[in-house]
Amino acid sequence: MEDSVLKLKDFNAFFGENKVLKNINLDIEERKVWTILGPSGCGKTTLIRCINRMHEMTPGAHTSGQIFLKEKDIFGINPVLLRRKIGMVFQRPNPFPTMSIAHNVLAGYSLNGIKLSKNERNEIVETSLKDAALWDEVKDKLSQKGTFLSGGQQQRLCIARTLAMKPEVLLLDEATSALDPVSTAKIEELIFQLKNQYTILMVTHNMQQAARVSDKTAFLFLGELIEYNDTKEIFTNPRHKKTQDYITGRFG
Amino acid sequence: MADPQIKWRKIKNDLFKGLVVFLSLLATLPLLLILFYILRQGFSSINWSFLTNLPKPVGESGGGISNAIVGTLIIVGTAAVMAIPLGVLAGIYLNEQRNSKVARYCDLAIDVLQGIPSIVIGIIIYEWVVRTMGGFSAFSGSAALALMMLPFIAKTTQETLKLVPNHLKEASLALGVPYYKTVLKVIVPAGLSGILSGAILGIARVIGETAPLLFTAFGNPFMSTELSKPMSSLPLVIFNYATSPYEDWHQLAWGASLILILIVLTLNMITKFIESRWKIQF
Ligand SMILES: Nc1ncnc2c1ncn2[C@@H]1O[C@H](COP(=O)(O)OP(=O)(O)O)[C@@H](O)[C@H]1O
Ligand SMILES: [Mg+2]
Repeated sequence: MEDSVLKLKDFNAFFGENKVLKNINLDIEERKVWTILGPSGCGKTTLIRCINRMHEMTPGAHTSGQIFLKEKDIFGINPVLLRRKIGMVFQRPNPFPTMSIAHNVLAGYSLNGIKLSKNERNEIVETSLKDAALWDEVKDKLSQKGTFLSGGQQQRLCIARTLAMKPEVLLLDEATSALDPVSTAKIEELIFQLKNQYTILMVTHNMQQAARVSDKTAFLFLGELIEYNDTKEIFTNPRHKKTQDYITGRFG
Repeated sequence: MADPQIKWRKIKNDLFKGLVVFLSLLATLPLLLILFYILRQGFSSINWSFLTNLPKPVGESGGGISNAIVGTLIIVGTAAVMAIPLGVLAGIYLNEQRNSKVARYCDLAIDVLQGIPSIVIGIIIYEWVVRTMGGFSAFSGSAALALMMLPFIAKTTQETLKLVPNHLKEASLALGVPYYKTVLKVIVPAGLSGILSGAILGIARVIGETAPLLFTAFGNPFMSTELSKPMSSLPLVIFNYATSPYEDWHQLAWGASLILILIVLTLNMITKFIESRWKIQF
């Protein structure tokens, strides 16, 4: 049996009275790329935001059931500490507009008041930007504002900022949906590299992308987890009719 | 091209454009006239001794308004020190807790406070501060001006922070930054230029207020820098000199008006500069 990093057990999520995730049970192994697939509004974003406890920041939002990060119930961990272990990249690139490229990478440390030596800072900036495949493009303008970069570069900067915190799990919510094909290809390649070090859970609308980069795929429909399996199985041999209808483009 | 209908349309366009430009100029005309008139009247009385001397008794020439300039700086400065931190904090609160009942109640209270006439604020401060302290004082004048600045600064802070996109807050929270640090280190810096220019505009709006100072700071013919004593200020000097029967005091009032207007214009220009230079693109 493989090591499970994340485990959802009888998990439900609500916006007020509205139940948007229904009895989810899921086991996510270490150093794998998982895709959450499903039509718009089925609860993919909500699922991801529950895992780093951003969901509960929305007024009226609440959950029931359990999520474990390496056997520990995440609802027993201080959300601030949990979010340092579970990094998240959003759909729209959101670098901090007041900060330079280098400061954006270090934001998780500086905003938290964690002191670093100059060497440590340089080291973190360089490795994070290299890991995010952005170093070569920005190494000569680290002190420029991050918002001057292109959309694709901004998104990789946001990935670098997340990697700088050395998280155990990386959540990507349609991280390439706002980007051009070249930037998308770069980020896909990046995900492929990163899975040697991280457990990655990504949401995508794009089935080709899911097929290209992920090891496992989970299909979500109207808040229910219909099935999950090896990505190849899901795409070639889905067990449920709904999954088949979705991947063959009959709806969604 | 030669189509007469298109030609006629073009004429109509030009006529309309001309009308808009003419009306805009007409609207700025009073402002220009005021500036020109004050400049003409006040310019002759402004010189070095006007700025550095104290007022002289009637009949003696060459008096200055140094005490009023210093007084205005002290009174308004003290008001700013009181109102800016409080106003900014209130604005942050109104923006962050916009769904809470208490915040909506505060919002309403601030709107009402903003609508209270300045003379009424003067009377209230007279009752609350002047009477309790046992006499007129610069501090009570500052308190009155602070009360007038407070709602304006709270509102501009709130409006500025409303424009800071929510995704920046989420980016910070998702990095494991606690909520209060997110507010202080991400949201407020993103709106800093708006908050700063709001604070300076708040100062510019109250610096010429006369009514609330009449029965608080009261005025003082001598140089005073003590907050607990009556203190002179530019609007008070203008009011006293302009309502006096003496021609050379009228002249001093024009000079003081010009100084006051120059200060207000400078403050306005500083806010424009801050807004254009430090504006953050989201
Ligand atoms: N802030 C919110 N308040 C109330 N309901 C929401 C909110 N965000 C999402 N929802 C609802 O939750 C459901 C799932 O949304 P979401 O997780 O964003 O779907 P997806 O990411 O798969 O498109 C949708 O029906 C949506 O209407
Ligand atoms: Mg979504």
